[in-house]
Amino acid sequence: MHNLTAFSGLFGGALIGLATAMLMLLTGRIAGISGIFGGLLPLRSSERGWRLAFIAGLIAAPLLAALGGMSLPNPTMPASLAVIAIGGLLVGFGSRMGSGCTSGHGVCGTARLSTRSIAATAIFMLVAIVVVAIVRHGIGG
Amino acid sequence: MPMMLASFLSGLIFGAGLLISGMTQPEKVLGFLDIFGAWDATLAFVMAGAVAVTSLGFALAKRRGTPVLTAKLQWPTRSDIDAPLVMGAALFGAGWGLVGLCPGPALVNLAGFGLPIIVFVVAMAAGMLGNDLWRDRRVSPGVAEGAAITPRADG
Repeated sequence: MHNLTAFSGLFGGALIGLATAMLMLLTGRIAGISGIFGGLLPLRSSERGWRLAFIAGLIAAPLLAALGGMSLPNPTMPASLAVIAIGGLLVGFGSRMGSGCTSGHGVCGTARLSTRSIAATAIFMLVAIVVVAIVRHGIGG
Repeated sequence: MPMMLASFLSGLIFGAGLLISGMTQPEKVLGFLDIFGAWDATLAFVMAGAVAVTSLGFALAKRRGTPVLTAKLQWPTRSDIDAPLVMGAALFGAGWGLVGLCPGPALVNLAGFGLPIIVFVVAMAAGMLGNDLWRDRRVSPGVAEGAAITPRADG
């Protein structure tokens, strides 16, 4: 448990909750990122304005932090671009097929006590745990 | 315009929350998913904080009945657990476990403009488009364009 950052996790999580609550209270929309982003793509394009504004806000967060002296995000990712591309394809295809991701199902759906969202969250958590076990420890692989 | 500003601010606060919580770092996410390694419980605290505040906000929204800036609260309506939900969640989980990124953190990380993150976001968009295209083909073979627009029920 040496990597645990409980306080910043709880505080950051509360901010995510605040953003989600605010979007519903003000605009009546669910803050599901895959749904918001997916609705900007050509085949299912709808209500592009607020969607673009929300995504712009997401990207502006680290840029504003950079103005305040923080460094821009530079995530540690797999060395192979092929693995990254496969991961991205799976995340995109799966979140669209399952109508949601960590935010729409994991946060909003769980907060609404939706059995559908809680089932989706349990499934993607479990599969992700198995994939990490295989990749990192070779368990079952 | 107020709708745009509200959405931008919501995205900004959401992004700040992801940055502060450490969830924009794939190694923090993978550390949580790695239950056989040096387990990092942070993601559970992030979820707890997010779900608690969201529940309060949603309860408030329900009591008000209507949102401040638009006519209607658009709650997801479906409650069935169907095959696309199960398959989709499983495929999403596989990609999430492979790289440690889901859509929100991926978009926040786009600000750093590194090649790996650009590849991830482009592939994610391609995956979404691929699913939309595949659904159109299945619903109405031959007439893919503009056919059968499925509402995004959950988010």
